[in-house]
Amino acid sequence: MVILVSDLLVWLLALTGVGGIYLVRQRPHLQAPWRQVLSRPTAMSALCIIFCFVTIGLLDSIHLKASPGEKTSSLEALSLLDLALTPLRSRDERTYSKPLAIYSFSKETVERGDQSQRLYPRLVTAGTHLSHDNRHLPDLLTRGSLGALGGLLISLPLYWLARKKSAAATPEEQLTQPAWTALAVTVGSLITLTCLIATLATEYHPLGTDKVGQDVLYQSLKSVRTGLMIGSLTTLVTLPFALILGVTAGFVGGRTDDLIQYIYTTISSIPGVLLIAATVLTLQVYLERAGGEGMGLAQRADLRLLFLCLVLGITGWIGLCRMLRGESLKLRELEYVQVATAFGVSRMAIIRRHILPNLLHIVLISVVLDFSMLVLAEAVLSYVGVGVDPSMYSWGNMINGARLELAREPVVWWSLLAAFLFMFSLVLSVNLFADAVRDAFDPRLRGT
Amino acid sequence: MTRYFIRRLLYAVPILIGVNLITFTLFFVVNTPDDMARMHLGQKYLTEEAIADWKKAHGYHLPLLYAPTEKGSARFSQTIFAQHSLQLFRLDFGRADDGRDISQDIRQRMGPSLAIALPSLLVGLLTNITIALMVAFFRGTYIDYWSVFAAVVLMSISGLFYIIGGQWLFSKLLHLTPISGFDGGLNAFKFLLVPVLVGVISGLGSGVRWYRTLFLEEIGRDYVRTARAKGISEARVMFRHVLRNAMIPILTGVVVVIPVLFMGSLLTESFFAIPGLGSYTIDAINSQDFAIVRAMVFLGSLLYILGLILTDLSYTLVDPRVRLR
Repeated sequence: MVILVSDLLVWLLALTGVGGIYLVRQRPHLQAPWRQVLSRPTAMSALCIIFCFVTIGLLDSIHLKASPGEKTSSLEALSLLDLALTPLRSRDERTYSKPLAIYSFSKETVERGDQSQRLYPRLVTAGTHLSHDNRHLPDLLTRGSLGALGGLLISLPLYWLARKKSAAATPEEQLTQPAWTALAVTVGSLITLTCLIATLATEYHPLGTDKVGQDVLYQSLKSVRTGLMIGSLTTLVTLPFALILGVTAGFVGGRTDDLIQYIYTTISSIPGVLLIAATVLTLQVYLERAGGEGMGLAQRADLRLLFLCLVLGITGWIGLCRMLRGESLKLRELEYVQVATAFGVSRMAIIRRHILPNLLHIVLISVVLDFSMLVLAEAVLSYVGVGVDPSMYSWGNMINGARLELAREPVVWWSLLAAFLFMFSLVLSVNLFADAVRDAFDPRLRGT
Repeated sequence: MTRYFIRRLLYAVPILIGVNLITFTLFFVVNTPDDMARMHLGQKYLTEEAIADWKKAHGYHLPLLYAPTEKGSARFSQTIFAQHSLQLFRLDFGRADDGRDISQDIRQRMGPSLAIALPSLLVGLLTNITIALMVAFFRGTYIDYWSVFAAVVLMSISGLFYIIGGQWLFSKLLHLTPISGFDGGLNAFKFLLVPVLVGVISGLGSGVRWYRTLFLEEIGRDYVRTARAKGISEARVMFRHVLRNAMIPILTGVVVVIPVLFMGSLLTESFFAIPGLGSYTIDAINSQDFAIVRAMVFLGSLLYILGLILTDLSYTLVDPRVRLR
C-alpha cells in the first residue's frame, strides 16, 4: 500500500458522506426534501451517473506499490483502477491512432526488403487477434453487437423490476417514491455502454491513442479522480472560512462585521483568475525553494493538486460567506433567537442550536452548485498554466495537449471528444442534481 | 448624493490598500526578489553577482519595508514597498521584467480588449433577455421545461469547447473567417465575428436561466396580477410591466461588469490571438513576469470597485425609490 495525502482526504470525505447519509436517514424532517430530490427522474439519473464517477474516483484513490518491472505511469504507484484497466494501460502504441483503428494515424517510412515505402503502419497492440486485416470491420461489428446484447440482457430485468415496482404503487405513492424507472434506465444504459466498450477495449483503443500512443479512454478515466478532487476538496477548504466568518459577521455584528466585510470585499475585488494565478505562481516558487528534492513525482504532483485546491478554496469562500452573513443577520432578529438570548443561552449554544441548522440548506445548495463550476475551472486553469501538474491526468491537461494538434490536417479530434464527453456528463449530472437539491431545500422555492 | 459618493470613494481607499498589501505579500515576501532573479536568470548563469545585478536593474535591491541606512523620509521611500507597491496608486505601473513600459502596453491593449468585450456584452444581453422573456411567457409549459434543460446543458459545457468548436466550425470547416489574429479599423470585423459569437453563445445558458428567474419573480408580484385583472393583454403585461421592472436588477448586474470589460477575456483573447489585456495577462503568467501580474491585479480591483460605485449610481437612476445619502 502506498498512501498519498490526497487519498486519505478523499476517503475521509467519502466516509463523511456516508455518515451524512446515515444521519439523514435518522431524521424524518431531513429525509423529506431528499425524497423529493429522488422522486425527480432527472435527479435520479444524475445521481446514478455521479455515483459511477465517484466509484471510479475512489477506486483510483487506493494505491498499491507497483511491482518492479511493471510499466507505471507518472505515478510510482498503481491504483486499483490501474489494475482493473490493465488491458488499456499496458497497450501503448507509438503515436496517434484513430478510435478503433488498427492502422496508425500518420504515414511512416517503413523498410520492406530492400525498398522503403511510405504507408500507415499497423498498430502493434490493436486487433492483433485478427487473422487478416480485412476482418477488422466484421470483428468490430460482432464484438460491438455481442457487448451491447450482453449489456441489454443484464439490464432488461432491472427495467422490468422497476416498472413492476412503480406500477404497484398507488397514485399517491407515485408522487413521492423514488424515480425507479429513471434509475433502471440509467443503470441499464450504463451497463450496456460498459459492456460495449469493454468488449471493444480488450482488443482495440475505443477512443484512440494520443501523441505518445497512450490510450485516451484510460487517460479520461484517470482524470476522473482529479476532477472530483478539485470539486470536493476545495469545498472542504471553503466551508470553515465561509461558515465561521459568515456566521460571526452576521450574528455578532458591529466592528467584527465591518472587519470581516472589509476582508472579503478586498479579496473579491481582485479578479478571480488573477488571484489564483498569482498565488499559485508564487507558492510554486516557494515550494521549489522549500526543497522538493526528496519527493517522488507522485508526491509532488499530489502536493500540487492539494495546493491548487487550497488556493481555490481560499479564493472561493466569499460568495458563500456573504450569503451566510445575510441569512444569519436575518435569523438573529427572529423571535426564537431573541427568546433564547433573553433566557441567557450562550452565544455559542445559540449559533449551534438555532443558527447553524437553519443555514445548512444554503451551504448544501452552494456546495453542489460550486462543484460543477470547479470542475470546469480546472480545465481553464490548466490552460492558463496554473492548474494541476502537467504530468497528472486531468481533462484540462488533455484538452491542452489536444489543442496544439488542432492545426493538423486532418484534425486529431478524439482526445478533445473524450475530455468533452467525460467533463460534460459529470458537470451536467451535477448541475441537474444541484437544481433538484435547490428546488427541494430552498424554502423560497417550496410550493412553486 | 454627492456626499454619498465621496464617502464611497473614500471607502475604496482602504480596500485598495488591502489589495496592495496582498500583492506585496505574495510577490515580495512569500516569493522574494532572490527567487525572481533565480527564475529569470535560469540555472546556468546563477552567481551571487548576477542575482545582485538583476535585482539592481529592476529596482529590487532595496529593503522590503524599512531602510535603516537612509536618512529621514528616505528610510521609508527607498524601499520596495514604496517604490513598487505604493507607486501603483499613482497608476504608475513601472516596467515589466523585460523592461517594457507597462502603462504604455496597457493603453495600447485596452482597445482590442474592449472591441471584443463590449459587443459580446451587448449582443449577449439582448439575446439573453429576448429568449428569457419568451421562455417566461411560456412558463409552466413544455417549452419552458425544455428551454431550462437546454440552458443547463449549455452551462455544462466548458468555455474552452465553445472556443475550440467555434474556431473549428467557422475557420476550418466553412472557411468564413481567419482562425486568429487582429487588425485595426474595418478589417477588425472579420476577426471579431467569431470571438463575439462564441462569447454570446457561451454565456447563453446561464444568462437565460438567470433572467428567466428574474422575470418569473416579477410575474408573481401583485401589480402584475392587477394589470391582468384590468384586462391588459399578456404581451403588454410582459413588455410594459414585467420587463421594465425586471430591468432594475438586470441593469445593475450589467453595470458591475462594465469597467472590468477593460481587462479583457483571458481565454478568448489568447485563443484568437487578439492583442488585448487578457492575452497580455496570460503571457505574463506564462513567462512569470510578476511586475505585469501585479499591475493587472491592481488594475482589476480598481476597475471592480469602480463598477460597484457605478452600480449604486445606476440604482438611483433606474429606481426612483432608492435615495442615497
